[in-house]
This record gives sequence, C-alpha cells and structure tokens, in this order.
Amino acid sequence: MLNKLKPAFWDHEDAAAGHYRRLFDFRSLWFQAVALTTFVVLLPLIFITIAEYTVTRKAAEDEILLRTSRFVSNTRRTVAFFLEERRFALEFIVRDNRYDAVSDPERLAVILDNLKRGLGGFSDLGVIDASGRQQTYVGPHNLEGKDYSGQDWFREVMEKGYYISDVFMGYRQTPHLVIAVRHNLPGDRFYVLRASVDLERFKRLLSQLEILGGGSAIIINREGILQTPCDQCGKSALEKVPFSVPEFAPHTRVLEESVAGETLVIGYAYLIDTPFILVAIKDKEALMQPWYHTRRQIIGFLGLSVFFILAVVVGMATYLVNNIYMADRRRVMALHEVEYSNKMASIGRMAAGVAHEINNPLQIIYEKAGLIKDFFTFKPEYKDDPRLLELVGSILTSVERCGAITKRVLSFARHQESALEPVRIKRILGDVLGFVDKEAAYRSITVTLDVDDDIPDFLSDRGKLQQIFLNLTNNAFSFIMEGGALTVKAERKNKRWVAVSFADTGPGIPAKNLERVFEPFFTTRSTKGGTGLGLSITYHLVQELGGKIKAESELGKGSTFIVTLPLDPGKKEA
Amino acid sequence: MNVLLVDDEVEFVTTLAERLEIRGMTVRTAGDGEAGLAMVADDPPDFMVLDLMMPGIGGLETLKRVKASHPDIPVILLTGRGSTKEGIEGMRLGAFDYMMKPIDIDQLLKKLEEAAELKKD
Ligand SMILES: Nc1ncnc2c1ncn2[C@@H]1O[C@H](COP(=O)(O)OP(=O)(O)OP(=O)(O)O)[C@@H](O)[C@H]1O
Ligand SMILES: [Mg+2]
Repeated sequence: MLNKLKPAFWDHEDAAAGHYRRLFDFRSLWFQAVALTTFVVLLPLIFITIAEYTVTRKAAEDEILLRTSRFVSNTRRTVAFFLEERRFALEFIVRDNRYDAVSDPERLAVILDNLKRGLGGFSDLGVIDASGRQQTYVGPHNLEGKDYSGQDWFREVMEKGYYISDVFMGYRQTPHLVIAVRHNLPGDRFYVLRASVDLERFKRLLSQLEILGGGSAIIINREGILQTPCDQCGKSALEKVPFSVPEFAPHTRVLEESVAGETLVIGYAYLIDTPFILVAIKDKEALMQPWYHTRRQIIGFLGLSVFFILAVVVGMATYLVNNIYMADRRRVMALHEVEYSNKMASIGRMAAGVAHEINNPLQIIYEKAGLIKDFFTFKPEYKDDPRLLELVGSILTSVERCGAITKRVLSFARHQESALEPVRIKRILGDVLGFVDKEAAYRSITVTLDVDDDIPDFLSDRGKLQQIFLNLTNNAFSFIMEGGALTVKAERKNKRWVAVSFADTGPGIPAKNLERVFEPFFTTRSTKGGTGLGLSITYHLVQELGGKIKAESELGKGSTFIVTLPLDPGKKEA
Repeated sequence: MNVLLVDDEVEFVTTLAERLEIRGMTVRTAGDGEAGLAMVADDPPDFMVLDLMMPGIGGLETLKRVKASHPDIPVILLTGRGSTKEGIEGMRLGAFDYMMKPIDIDQLLKKLEEAAELKKD
C-alpha cells in the first residue's frame, strides 16, 4: 500500500550522475519543499489562531468579571436599601411618636401592625429605656422587662445611634436579625427602639436576584458565617462558607478562588454600616461554556486547515519534485541516447569505410578467381586437374563469404540516418540474424526465422528496425544457454499491424523485473558489461516508428519480446 | 550479344569482360562515364552494365544520358555501397535492375537473359 503511494523519485539512485549526485537528491529536495512551505504557511496561521484564542479568552473572562461585578453592585444596592429602609422606618417611628406613645403597648402593637403591612419583614418591636430594660414589647414572645444593659449591641447602639445585628436563630428557631435605633429625649435621657426582621423577605429578595445573575447571591458576616442559605455550596444559614472571607474593599470586587477542584468566580461587596458582606458565587466552568464552544470551533478549524494545508503541500511537493525527477530522467536518457547513437553512428561509418575499401579488391579477387574457374570449365586443357579446380572453388566460397559480410555491414551502416523507405521485413530479419550465425553455430543455438508470406513491403526506417531487432537478438543470445533456441516470427496481425516476436529459451524474467526491463539503466548483467540501455533505446525506437513493444516471460522457460509495427506509419494508433 | 561494361576499376572490368567473352559475348569496356557514352554513340551495344560510383560524371548521370539517347538499351547497375537507395533511384531513371557488389557472374548472366527476353517482346 505504502509502496504504491511512494513517488518514483523516492528510491532513485542515479547511476549516471556520479559526483553530481547531490544536485539531484530528490528526496531532500522534497523534504525542503515540504518543510519550507509548511513553515511559511502554517506559522502565520498558528500565530493568528493563538492570538485569536487569547483575545477571545480574555474577552470571555472580562465579560464574566464585568457581569459579576455589575451584578454584585446592583444587589448590594438593593440589599443596602432593604436594610436602610427598615432602619429609616424605625427612625421615623421614634421621631414621629412621643416616648409615652411608643411605650404604650397598645400603640406599639398598632405600629408593628402598620410596619408589617407597609414594609413587611418585621416580627416584633420593643422599647428599651436608657438603663437597658425592655419597657414595652409587642411580638410573639414575652420579653417585657428583659435586661439588655450588659449586651454588646446595646453598647453599640448607645454609641453609634443604631445597630444592625448578625443573623441569628433566636427563640423562634428561624433566622432573623435585629435592627435597633436610639432616640434622644430632652435632657440626657434616651431610649432605644428595637425590631426583629424576619429573613424570609431577605431570602426572597436574593433569590429573585439570583435568577438574573446565573449563580447565587448570599450574604455572610465578617466571620464568614452564612446569613442566608447557600444552595450553590450546599450549606444553610449560619454555617461557615467553604471559602475564605474576602478582604475589605470599599467597592465591589471580583476574584477567583478554587474550591474543591472547582474554580469559583466570587464577586463581593462590604455593606457599609452593617456586619454583612454580599457575595455572588458563580461557577467559572459554567460561565465559560459559551467560550469553550468557541474554543472547540477555533481548534477544530485550525486542525482542519492544518490537515488540508499539509495535504496540499505534500501533494504539490510530490507532484512537482516528481515532475522535476521525470524531466531529469528524460534529460539523462536523452544524453545517453545521443551518446549511444553517436557511438553507433561512428562505429557504423568506420565499418562502412572499411567494408567499402575491402569491397573493391574483393570484387577483383572474385572475378580473377572466377576467370580461373572459367578456364577450367571452358578450356579442355585445364579440365584434368581437379585439385586446382577445388582450390579455386574454395577461394571463391571464401570471397563470397567476405562479400556477404561487407554487404551486410554496408547495408547496416548506410541506414544509420533515419529515412522512411519501403522495407522487406524478411530481408532485415535475415540480415540481423546473419550477424549471430557464427555464434549460434558455436554454441549450438537453433535460430529459426519464420516470416508470413502475406506481409507486404511497407514504409519504415530500415536502420531503426535493424537496431531494434539486433538489440532483441543480442539480448536473447546473452541469456540463451548452450543448445537453446531463438525463434523469430513475423506475422501479419491484421490490415494495419505486423507483429515480430523474438522467443528465446533463456531463464525468463521474474515478474517484478518484467515491468522494469524497458527502464533505462535497468540491467541484471551489470557485471558482464550490460548498460541497461539496450531495451530502453529499443523501446524509444519502436515508439518513433509508431509501434509498440511488450515483454512476456515464463520463469525457467524463456522470454518473448513482441514488436508490433504499423504497416502504414502515417496513421497513428489503432 | 554485345555488352558494354562501364567501371573505373580496370582490373575488375577487364576480368569480367574476359569471363563474359568466354561465355560467347562481345564485350567492350570503358573506364568512366564519358568514355562509355562515346562508345554508345559510336556503336550502341545490346546491353550495358554500369557502375554507379565513378569519377567524372558518375553512374546516374551516365544512365540518364544513355536513356535519353538510347532508351531501348537495358542497363544493369552495379553498386558498391550496399545502398538500395541509389539502385532504386536508378531504376526510377529507367535502369533494368541493380546488383550489389561483389556480384556473381551467374546472377549477372541471369539478369542479362531476362533483359534479352524482355527486349524480344
Ligand atoms: N531475452 C531476455 N531474457 C531474460 N532477461 C532479459 C532478456 N532481455 C532483457 N532481459 C532483462 O532485461 C534487462 C535489460 O535489458 P537491456 O537490453 O536494456 O540491458 P542489458 O542487456 O542488460 O545491457 P546492454 O543492452 O547495454 O548490453 C537485462 O539485464 C535482463 O535482466
Ligand atoms: Mg541488451
């Protein structure tokens, strides 16, 4: 699977590049291209994403702080107002009524009733004289005559003029608080009006606010004792809060504290002139939820972009480097081909020169010997010496043999330059196979040539055909064992195609090599001087002639190379 | 039969001439194209054997001129270069056939006979 995806250049080793190898290290070229492009593209993307991430996170957090802080401020105002309202109500009562009026239990009961109706939250009312004794009391308990003179709150109300207590349980076992105001009478006398305030109203007030706040609002005193129950932290009134009491600040403040693994956003404000601290608790996780959603989107988008960018970068790099690689191979191939054909051409020219020079003297020897033979044939006086006739005969056969060679070399060399001319396939194959006659005889290889009679002469390039056939023959001969056979067949496939096949009884070609034999420099004969160019050049030559070549092989039985040639080279493709 | 051999290789022509004479032919030889043309003009032969590679006007030119003045003389071309191209070019110009050197006398005789047959018709 991976091997299939592997581009062609990956395992490339340029056999011909020599010490220029570094120039054509395609793999590192690929790595460089991928690394550089990835770096240049991904860096700004990641940078921007991180920036965006930080900015949105900061914005989300700021938003939470702001909302909490606003919520706390608003709530503080409401709570402070609630307490002040009741204090002012008491102050109004002491101003509006003379001492003997408020100390009259009947009148006081009417006042309490009015308070309950008008403001609500009051549960009792008492008048305490300067000595600390409760003169009059209206309410659910019988507290008349109770002495408060030794108590802290009484001292405080004497000093400050008013007093607001912590929340406590009291006799009724319901949390409530006490508000007291002092009223000066003529002379140095004074009295104190004291009221218990039911916390139901308080709780209702806070829970109304909670709905708006997305968290819970509670009131604690300065020791951290809950004055209202806390649902968020699962505690009821008068228990201690699970977090430390925030330090005093004149204005609303918001801070984060982690409690039992959760991060809480705690907004608080000290209620001036009271023992209370208003606290808003919010779960940070819950508040950040919308932002987490955004974060998921950002990260998802980043991941997706990175994936696509990488895919495109890798794809492009592979494609481009592969193209460069292909171009380079074509270049190397072309260089070698030129070199090869130059070599062939000069060998051809030299051979032709030699053959031509030899041809003339050969012709003379031939004629002279012929003449001598004629003498024996036509003149009776020589007829009787059979030995001489035999000698002349052998000279003639030798010259004929030389002549056959020079003719072949000449016709071969003549056709190095390409030109279309009518060719007779039988003759070309005969010429080519003629070159290996001797070798075939020495190694007892049977060479069979079988050409269909219905193949017409057709326009093609003689030189190229010769070279194609010669390469295939040479290959076959370098693989056929002693006593093997080469069968060359030319068949007319149909109106337009001729197939020439070279079947040998060599060792065959393993399947994995079969698809590579036409590649330049592919050779299994490198130790025996094979260059691996033979078949690749053959392949190109066949293509130039508008034909096709393919290899078939059965391991152990032999190989067959089939060249299919067009009878009419003008018409491309079938 | 009266044959004219034109070839610059003297040793070759003279020997070939002698061999043809042994076989009962009348043979004249010429060393180049001009000499050959002069002989044709002087006394036209029945057949002409003409080498393509010669100094002077060369084989193809000689052939052209012979064909111009005596179109009915069959001309057999000899080529020493293994090329069929010139042979074919020669046949286009009216040569009867072409042979590649070194030639075999029996084949030459066969060609001459074929030419004689054709001439009779
Ligand atoms: N007839 C054949 N039988 C078995 N293997 C063959 C045959 N022809 C080609 N091959 C295989 O194909 C390879 C490539 O052949 P090619 O002709 O291109 O190069 P070569 O023959 O090795 O070298 P050169 O042609 O330069 O001598 C050979 O090395 C061999 O492995
Ligand atoms: Mg080879």
